[in-house]
Amino acid sequence: MKRLKLVPDNTSFSFVKFRHIAVGLSVAVMLASVVLLFARGLNFGIDFEGGTVIEIATKGPADISGLRTQLGGLGLGDLQLQRFGEDNDVLIRIGTAHGASATDDTGQAAVKKVKDTLGTSVEYRRIESVGPQVSGELIKSATMAVVVAVALMFVYIWFRFEWQFGLGAVLALIHDVMATIGIFALLQMEFNLTTIAALLTIVGYSMNDTVVVFDRIRENLRKFKKMDLGELIDLSINETLARTIMTSATTLIALFALFIFGGEVIRSFTFAMIFGIFVGTYSSIFVAAPVLIAIGVKREWGSGALGRGKVEKKA
Amino acid sequence: MLHFERWKIALIALLTLAGFLYTAPNFLPKAALDEMPSFLPHKQINLGLDLRGGSYLLLQVDTASVTHDRLQQLVNDIRKALRNAEVLYTGLGVNGEAVTIRITKPEDVDKSLKAIRDLSTVVTSNLLSGGLPQRDLSVANSGGLITVTLSETAKVARAQSAIQQSMEIVRRRIDELGTTEPVIQQQGADRILVQVPGLGDPQRLKKLLGQTAKLNFRLVDTSTTAQQAMATHTIPAGAEVLYMTEDPTRPLLVQRRVMVGGDNLVDATPGFDQRSGEPIVSFRFDSTGARLFGEVTRDNVGKPFAIVLDNKVISAPVIREPILGGTGQISGNFTVQQANDLAILLRAGALPAPLNVLEERTVGPGLGADSIRAGTIASIIGSVAVIVFMIAAYGLFGVFANLALLVNIALIMGALSMLQATLTLPGIAGIVLTIGTAVDANVLIYERIREELRSGKSVIAAIEAGYHRALATILDANITHFISAAVLFELGSGPVRGFAVTLAIGVVTSVFTAFTVNRLIVATWVRRRRPKLLVL
Repeated sequence: MKRLKLVPDNTSFSFVKFRHIAVGLSVAVMLASVVLLFARGLNFGIDFEGGTVIEIATKGPADISGLRTQLGGLGLGDLQLQRFGEDNDVLIRIGTAHGASATDDTGQAAVKKVKDTLGTSVEYRRIESVGPQVSGELIKSATMAVVVAVALMFVYIWFRFEWQFGLGAVLALIHDVMATIGIFALLQMEFNLTTIAALLTIVGYSMNDTVVVFDRIRENLRKFKKMDLGELIDLSINETLARTIMTSATTLIALFALFIFGGEVIRSFTFAMIFGIFVGTYSSIFVAAPVLIAIGVKREWGSGALGRGKVEKKA
Repeated sequence: MLHFERWKIALIALLTLAGFLYTAPNFLPKAALDEMPSFLPHKQINLGLDLRGGSYLLLQVDTASVTHDRLQQLVNDIRKALRNAEVLYTGLGVNGEAVTIRITKPEDVDKSLKAIRDLSTVVTSNLLSGGLPQRDLSVANSGGLITVTLSETAKVARAQSAIQQSMEIVRRRIDELGTTEPVIQQQGADRILVQVPGLGDPQRLKKLLGQTAKLNFRLVDTSTTAQQAMATHTIPAGAEVLYMTEDPTRPLLVQRRVMVGGDNLVDATPGFDQRSGEPIVSFRFDSTGARLFGEVTRDNVGKPFAIVLDNKVISAPVIREPILGGTGQISGNFTVQQANDLAILLRAGALPAPLNVLEERTVGPGLGADSIRAGTIASIIGSVAVIVFMIAAYGLFGVFANLALLVNIALIMGALSMLQATLTLPGIAGIVLTIGTAVDANVLIYERIREELRSGKSVIAAIEAGYHRALATILDANITHFISAAVLFELGSGPVRGFAVTLAIGVVTSVFTAFTVNRLIVATWVRRRRPKLLVL
């Protein structure tokens, strides 16, 4: 039977040769992300900005402009209406008034006004309302989570490998996180708590990828004590390339199924993860490994630590 | 790596069987579950609010108002104490976070200080003073101006008891709605988290929780009318203007003195008035309440009596005759639901302080059902695609990996059912993602085997080496994955937490299945077939 092979056997691309271009590209992407972040900002969802979202389903196709006129007169402040998935699905977003007090109940008042106006002619599919106090805390804990996750990864890699590997892995992670935030700023997709969940998943996935490459580098460092580091890294990446591509492929297959069939609610969540798989795969090859060349690694690896480097035969 | 001891095989088989057994209840109808023998697992996966529909509310107890109420009460106590001590004073009132009072005669100051100090009680709070008892009031004097403040310990103790009490009352009110499995938890210092699944109308829930429901009965001041008093700015001493619930523009002059309070109620039930047929709430007092109510109604026949809820007058009927039995009824042009809700509120008791809604997430049953459908379809399509892909890439070994994947899915669902973890929509995404990454362990192993084959090893040696060498890599890679899931769990609430749980379970089960189920299948195949040649 003919096997599907995404990567031919015994590849020998020179990834290291492209590292200057890759580093340039990565730095450019990161800079662009920062610029975008400050120039356009993120389209924060109510989790981080406070406010109210009401998803309604109308009978028959929704008349957005009609709804806008109906709700516009309520004095709700910043009001946005948009179609959400199906033709009869409408998302109503109401911002919080700036300078609202921590225990402000304006969100609840807004929900009541909308419900009083639209009555029972529509189905209320979802109501979310986050006060300014809670949203402030959510921003803090979300930022903390990403920082803590990255720090823990560094410590783990440092513990299992060497600090140079830890640094390479962390730089790759920072690259992935920044690029993902950048694409959210660029496309102005809603950035909310589930996006943070996606970011942390990307951190986990990208790390997973990086570790596989690093593991092979360490193994080869033991095997070929005299080989040039660039060559050795190229060899290691090539050896693990089939696995890298295969795993990315299966993960992407699953994620695309979610993106297409999983419904509107988690679309931005799955989008973030799909994007993250691409950058995560790229970064373990083109960011994490070149960092090792730049800062150098220890060449004196003892063999046999944890049974690696030689095959033990068990009867 | 290809040799398995008997007990290991038994253990793997047992765990796999357990996975399927614990997963099974999720696919059986309720009736079939009830008929199953009791030794079999019955638990179904707990669906999150975003899938089954329901409301998530984060409420904050207004502790500032608790303090304010206490200060207000202190003013009354001080007034009484100074009257008993026969002291002349001016300007008694709440001033910011303190009660201030000016003693008219300097020789009375010491006597007043003593009288006020006697009002203080001993409180303990483990949080601040390390359990040491402390007086709740601090009293300071500067030239006849006495300032009384609440100590920090007293405030904390009061806030804490207000939260405990609020939780109890919130629980009672929600229980009255007859929903299944509401979750009510304290969160942080002054917050209450409420999760009520499967509620059609969260508005009603919020309305029930949004009222403090302080009920009291007071006499109407008939010396003048409210309109007149407001027009001439001469509100009689001991009276205040309140508005009617029904018509918020209609004022009524009501005496401040509470004749009977809602805390004397023992029961309240909705019903219909026998003559007019309109919805009413009938109530019953405890013995103290009944006695007080009897006295008031006996002494005030022919006068209007205001029934006040949260400083709004529900109604002010005229007392026709003394009511001595301790029961009565409240009418106020209610709808049936209003009467129902009022009865619930009265039965459950008053909240010690208002609750503010800080965060609300409500998902209607329609969206929940849609999400389940979408999640299921995505999972099935995702799994099938991954299964086909694995077979295309690895042939027979792909089939082996898929068998392991099947066990993996059963283990995840079994673990979720057994642990009664909550499955949310992002949680389903976590499972689908796990299906994608679960094969990673197998891919690592198979790719390693391919490499070893290419380097000229025999089939068995290559398979041995593949499993052996991939192990450390797989562990390292998955531990990092697990770390990020753990961080996510710590950060997240609700749906996000559900995602973290499935992700973490998925990481553990996929490592397990790759190294047990898949390896066992491959080992069995190798032993039976003794392959000389392996095309992988």
